Amino acid sequence: MSIRNKQVGHILKAPENFLSDSLVSEINTMGLNSKRRSFLVNSFLAASSALASAPLLAATLKNDAFVGDPNILTLPEHSKSLGKAVATNPYGVPSKYETNLLRRESPGLTRVSAASVSFAPLQGLFGIITPSGLHFERHHQGWQDIDPTKHRFMINGLVKNAKVYTMDDLMRMPSVSRMHFIECGANTAMEWGNVAVPTVQYSHGMLSCSEFTGVLLSTLLEDCGYDKKAGKFLLAEGADGSGMTRTIPIEKALDDVLVVWGMNGEMLRPENGYPLRLIVPGVQGVSSVKWLRRIEVGDKPYATKDEAVHYIDLMPDGMYRQYTSVQECKSVITTPSGGQTLLNKGFYNITGLAWSGRGKVKRVDVSVDGGKNWKTARLETPVLSKCLTRFNIDWVWDGSPAILQSRAIDETGYVQPKINELREVRGTKSVYHNNAIQSWKVAESGELSNVQAY
Amino acid sequence: MFKRTKITISIFTLLLGSSIANAEQLVNIGRNATEQEVAAWDIDVRPDFKGLPIGSGSVEAGQKVWEGRCSSCHGTFGESNEVFTPIIGGVSKEDIKTGRVAALVGNKQPQKTTIMKVATLSTLWDYIHRAMPWNAPKSLSNDDVFAVTAYILNLAEIIPDDFVLTDKNIADVQKLMPNRNGMTLNHGLSNERGTPDVKSSACMANCTKEVVIRSSLPEVSRNAHGNIRLQNRNFGAIRGVDTTKPPSTKAAADTSNAPKIEPNEPQTSKVSALDIAKQNSCLSCHGVNNKILGPGFNEVAKRYKSEASAEKQLIAKVKNGGSGNWGSVAMPAHEQMSNEDIKLIVNWILAGDK
Repeated sequence: MSIRNKQVGHILKAPENFLSDSLVSEINTMGLNSKRRSFLVNSFLAASSALASAPLLAATLKNDAFVGDPNILTLPEHSKSLGKAVATNPYGVPSKYETNLLRRESPGLTRVSAASVSFAPLQGLFGIITPSGLHFERHHQGWQDIDPTKHRFMINGLVKNAKVYTMDDLMRMPSVSRMHFIECGANTAMEWGNVAVPTVQYSHGMLSCSEFTGVLLSTLLEDCGYDKKAGKFLLAEGADGSGMTRTIPIEKALDDVLVVWGMNGEMLRPENGYPLRLIVPGVQGVSSVKWLRRIEVGDKPYATKDEAVHYIDLMPDGMYRQYTSVQECKSVITTPSGGQTLLNKGFYNITGLAWSGRGKVKRVDVSVDGGKNWKTARLETPVLSKCLTRFNIDWVWDGSPAILQSRAIDETGYVQPKINELREVRGTKSVYHNNAIQSWKVAESGELSNVQAY
Repeated sequence: MFKRTKITISIFTLLLGSSIANAEQLVNIGRNATEQEVAAWDIDVRPDFKGLPIGSGSVEAGQKVWEGRCSSCHGTFGESNEVFTPIIGGVSKEDIKTGRVAALVGNKQPQKTTIMKVATLSTLWDYIHRAMPWNAPKSLSNDDVFAVTAYILNLAEIIPDDFVLTDKNIADVQKLMPNRNGMTLNHGLSNERGTPDVKSSACMANCTKEVVIRSSLPEVSRNAHGNIRLQNRNFGAIRGVDTTKPPSTKAAADTSNAPKIEPNEPQTSKVSALDIAKQNSCLSCHGVNNKILGPGFNEVAKRYKSEASAEKQLIAKVKNGGSGNWGSVAMPAHEQMSNEDIKLIVNWILAGDK
């Protein structure tokens, strides 16, 4: 065998160059079939009048019997050549083979791409941290790349001293690092009525999770001497064209709200608010104002456009619920999921994400029969408050149709509801805060598709 | 909503005191804002009109501003659904009396307009002032904002044609807002200690007699987001489905034979014309297949494709800007773009068929 290997190795290095590069790579990736085999023989014969006869071919196929994978038997170029130097990519980039998992827009969802959404490719992500370049985007009037040396942050209103901070000031302050999810209030909005989108990227991809570094907003409020009696609500305001503004109750602000510059070890990406944004853990993403320029302390809510015209939930009686903030407990199976197909019958690892705006995830159950019977999944660590939690469970697919579901329970005991349970209370017009159990149907072919089943 | 107990206050105070440096230690960090600085940034207007500057604007003046700055996106009567959701429509005289928009019940009016939803007039004023027009936010004067707000209210038949909206009478107009009584704070979603409105149970076995599929992905939606095969890795536990082909009816293989592994096709780093268009914010004003502020690329292709000098003309237009060909909104100059990029985009636009 070792002799044959050596000889096979000559295919790539032969000075005669009797095989085209494309055929060599095709053989390496696809193996030999009869067409390639005869082409190889012909090429060889044509080029090899000077060569000794061909034990070479017998190395991978002997009397048509499979003796090994050419990816093993033929040493690949990367095992036999010098690799690239350090810092060839001073800022590293993904493998050239990783071109399929990208942020993507949902066609027809919005007509203006500067006030739109790009969804994170949850179907292929691992663990709980979203790579910063794949974090979902939601901008209301385009994104900006702001010079941090010129960025200013102001606190005014019901404070002893209205103050201005530079990035220098903020980054000197006592800092904290915390992992939190950000989920758009409109995540899964397209599914309130019927199934509308093919994959988890478009049904749940307005969801991402990062480690954020910054200063507690409470530290800043103390520094300005906020009015502890009269101060009831804050206004957070962005420096972008939309001047995004949202009201935040002061008890939330003092609890766990962060003013951050760091994201997954580096500065925020421009699309995520560089150089400064707010993080309001567990609350719909719109409150985590990007390009943060100002906090005002006041005594009443502000009813800004994105809390008085949008991000309000229409109930069946025609009333809008205003200031709905909390992203309630929710989970989704990310692999296997809609638009994917199982390779064949056998073992699979069902994996997904669970989260709650009210605290930690306590448990995730998985059903493969559309919710008749459930088994409890394994939770990976860490399990943190208002942070994504990764779950996994074993599954052996016997080839029959199945419906996969996951159901999360948080530390308050709240159980993720079915879509019909949500609709009974809220109807189908409320757009935001759809945290229903997601169903993926598995067909006998192995193809998974988005369904609503209960 | 927004209630807390005294106990939680003291817990927060204790936590802050023990874990993070107290404010007195933060020496030489930040500085006091000047009055002028606060005035420059503190532009918000609250529902009780705290923050509203002195000023006024008539419906008539509003119409002029509207036609110059707003109508290209929102339509002459605020009714347009072409670029953004409509502002006007769906409210009645009766709604103005009751303060509840009747069309919000049921499905009589599937498209909810701004005027059907908004309960607080301050919201309109504040938003127009801080974020409009779309491509030049914060460029309207205070009086322009009063005037445009008056014009919108007039389109909605809330105020008469000869009305002049001012900081003095705006609170009276608030009392006419059609959906002023249409908001509720009576829910448990305003803070994490609120009581959830939907209660489910964590049944583990034999939870339902029969599982019914109530809704499935429509056939037309299967490939509507592009080929899903190319949105998944071509190795690993699963593959993306080739949605350009109908679903397979063949049962999955029994065997453990490895499936055919398709060779990887690393993508070249070639930058597409669409990428360049995105990077230069072209798509903020031009849709690929629809009008926004300027014409859609499809319309440009249609108009110019038979003209021999189209490439040259359009390159000059992108580079230097111009106006008058498509409406009143001017095309800005794009001096920062390289000639190669402009040429690539122009030819891509003229090629059509996006």
